[in-house]
Amino acid sequence: MSHLMEIRDLKITFGGLDALSGLNFHVDEGEIVSVIGPNGAGKTTFFNAITGLVDPTEGNILFDGESILGLDPHQVTGLGIARTFQNVRLFPNMTVLENIMVAQHCRTSQLVFGALLQTAAFKKEEQEIEERAKEVLAFFGSRLVGYRYDQPAFVLSYANRRRLEIARAMATQPRLMLLDEPVAGMNPMETAELTALIGRLRSEWGFTIVMIEHDMRVVRDVSDRVVVLDHGVPIAQGSYDEVSTNPDVVEAYLGRPAEDGT
Amino acid sequence: MSATMTSSTASSSGSPKRAPVADQDWRKIGKWGGLCTLALVLVSLIGMPVGLDRRILIHPILSLGYLSLLWIPLMLGFVVSKQVKLEGVESPDPGGRDLLAGALTGLMGGVGMAVFMLALNTFNLRDPLVNWSPKLLELLNYGRGLGFGVVAWLLACCVLGLLGSAIHVVPADVRRVVSFSAFGLLGIAVLEGAIADLSEGFGLEFLTDSIYAKRGGVTVVWSIVLAVVIGVVSVLTKGRLKAAKANYSGLQGPERKRASRIIFVVTALLTIILPLFLGTIMNELLANVGLFLLLALGLNIVVGLAGILDLGYVAFFAVGGYTTAVLTSPDSPFFAPEMHFAVTLVIVVVFAGIVGLVIGAPVIRMRGDYLAIVTLGFGEIIRLLFMSDWLKPYFGGAQGITNVPGVDLGFITIKGTDPRSVFYLVLVFCALAIYISWRLQASRLGRAWMAIREDEKVAEAMGINTVNTKLLAFVVGAVLASFSGAILVAKVGSVFPNSFMILVSIIILVVVIVGGMGNIAGVLVGSFVLIGILGGPRQPGLLHEFQSFKLLIYGALLVFMMLQRPEGLVPSSRRSQELHQEEFLQDVWLKSEEHEAEEREAEVHAVEVGGAEGNNGGGA
Ligand SMILES: Nc1ncnc2c1ncn2[C@@H]1O[C@H](COP(=O)(O)OP(=O)(O)O)[C@@H](O)[C@H]1O
Ligand SMILES: [Mg+2]
Repeated sequence: MSHLMEIRDLKITFGGLDALSGLNFHVDEGEIVSVIGPNGAGKTTFFNAITGLVDPTEGNILFDGESILGLDPHQVTGLGIARTFQNVRLFPNMTVLENIMVAQHCRTSQLVFGALLQTAAFKKEEQEIEERAKEVLAFFGSRLVGYRYDQPAFVLSYANRRRLEIARAMATQPRLMLLDEPVAGMNPMETAELTALIGRLRSEWGFTIVMIEHDMRVVRDVSDRVVVLDHGVPIAQGSYDEVSTNPDVVEAYLGRPAEDGT
Repeated sequence: MSATMTSSTASSSGSPKRAPVADQDWRKIGKWGGLCTLALVLVSLIGMPVGLDRRILIHPILSLGYLSLLWIPLMLGFVVSKQVKLEGVESPDPGGRDLLAGALTGLMGGVGMAVFMLALNTFNLRDPLVNWSPKLLELLNYGRGLGFGVVAWLLACCVLGLLGSAIHVVPADVRRVVSFSAFGLLGIAVLEGAIADLSEGFGLEFLTDSIYAKRGGVTVVWSIVLAVVIGVVSVLTKGRLKAAKANYSGLQGPERKRASRIIFVVTALLTIILPLFLGTIMNELLANVGLFLLLALGLNIVVGLAGILDLGYVAFFAVGGYTTAVLTSPDSPFFAPEMHFAVTLVIVVVFAGIVGLVIGAPVIRMRGDYLAIVTLGFGEIIRLLFMSDWLKPYFGGAQGITNVPGVDLGFITIKGTDPRSVFYLVLVFCALAIYISWRLQASRLGRAWMAIREDEKVAEAMGINTVNTKLLAFVVGAVLASFSGAILVAKVGSVFPNSFMILVSIIILVVVIVGGMGNIAGVLVGSFVLIGILGGPRQPGLLHEFQSFKLLIYGALLVFMMLQRPEGLVPSSRRSQELHQEEFLQDVWLKSEEHEAEEREAEVHAVEVGGAEGNNGGGA
């Protein structure tokens, strides 16, 4: 009963369309769970519900035993849930470093007067924010450090934007991290690299991870458990091998090849 | 085609290719020539030449009235001969063809003016067109009869169009010298009031007395002298400024800090010392610039940093003004504690903060256009409330509150009759506002505002309480505006609802946009250029003759800036990056050549894969 996050009978309706219906889901501390399913299955909606961006029609979401239903997105982030977006959404005109610094907002507290009076507490906090930002960026090797710090985010290559988005989620100091298609648009080399990093996010940083992913090699390589959604309904769950041989899953994908894809 | 070939081969082999003179884009010339006519006639009919004729720029030949017409063919001649350079197409060098295009465009304008003058002479359309007057005709023909006027305009426009196009043709060095001389001379003529006042303060009247004629305007002889001097100086200083700038931005760490500090100290000393040598009118002008600068700095936080398009900003200006009037004036109708200004300020801050919260709380959740419209409404509501019969017993209705005392500092009383003291008071608050903007920009709060400006939803998802953070921007802006209101009222000695029209909000917004949104230096420049030269909503600027055309010029300027330089006169680096992403990306790409080849390879690869997105759809 001590799941990190538990979702009960989640139902989300968009004007008659059931994006999710009757979803039960849980993730335990330290797990990496993958959510897969064809396009339009409701995976992103599932993340949006957890992070408070859409309100569920029915059901409950518990984080650390407490309901987080009806909380504002920033409150959810404050509790320790961070996410990335499927269609990368950085702050494009802020620098790489600023993107990470601003993500520590809910872990820091200085407001107007500290900044105006340049108090010791303010300076200390600023310094810590910057150090932490650099520490997070260093996780991605040499790709986002040095001269990159002061470049606006929009100049980054697609893969680097994805990395920066993960870095930004890390900077909110979450317990649970929700990754929405983290390797979409990356080449095989970059994909392999990021797959390894996702493993290290758990082992080194201690994050629990729920990941939406289409790339089955990534899913196979990192996940402890796989949940398959189709038309808003969970049709299978279990280990990668169990799921990949499940006839329902095969049908869900192969039955409608036209809907397959990112 | 063959003509092109022969002409290019005929000109000596090394010299660049020129297009044949007759190879004109006639439609383009027709279009711009027509536009030239339209603009000339329009400017004449709105009364600019007559209205501005009193202001002499170069005595006795050029008044602001004539300039308001003459720049049109010059400008359009420049525009029509500007070449569109296309990638991959070799464009011919500017030459005779472009000169002809410019001259023809100008000539069309001249023909238009000639026809217009004939019409002025023959018909009387004074009824719908108030400026259709013999006076206009007389002005246009230089008081020497219709025939002279027609010939003069044909010639003048043609020559000006030619000159305009010649800007492209002459070598860059000549272009530089001429434009420096022309704009320098224009500046000296426009700033006559300020320069005369300043030199009087330094006891140099004899100099300005000889430069400027009695009725105003630089004398012809001095115009030539000054133009030559400026030209020579521009030749001598060529490249120096750029080098200094590059040098400055090349500095690093402590050296950079020291250079910045020196610049800061010098500027600060100048701002403190110069007003001592200025007379009443110039100090009054500076005080007005300061009041609007204070407003603009506040609005810059709200719009420029947090991205909240607040069009009802004048409401806080009004709250500051009225709070001060009620608390300090003995004539306040209902409650007159006659407090000291300093005590009042504290209460003003509290009140402005509260009103900021009250107005902000309901509107802050709206987005973009909706927020702009609702705040516009609130701004007007506040003014109407102060004006209403309902609140008349408290705020005096349309009569307002008069007899507001100045700021008594013991040794001196700051009030409107001594604009220099007001300027220093404003200066203190502007310095405070600049400090606040500067510190907040580089803080946790400033970053949160930027994130909200970039993408509000994502900012919220990254843990920023967007409602509270935006409210805070609103309140900080409100407090700065209320300071400005308080000083305005202490300066003027009275307060009326009509000082707080929507127009004030809009003019401040224009100042921020034209100056450079999100940049403190931009807001500074914007205030000086717009409020100082053109004037505020009620306050005259250096070109006080513009009074009745001010809104037109503000509008035209805004349109022009939006089209040509949307990032403002002094843009923040961030905004110019945003608005010129393509070029910036190219720069970055070129720079990254210097960085490791390996990384470059990885990136190019990533871009390719990103472009061909969709090739990694999974399947179980
Ligand atoms: N805000 C919304 N309003 C209406 N329909 C939505 C909204 N968000 C998602 N949907 C619909 O819900 C379904 C599930 O979408 P989504 O969760 O994005 O699927 P995916 O599994 O591909 O991430 C889709 O049919 C989509 O059109
Ligand atoms: Mg999705």
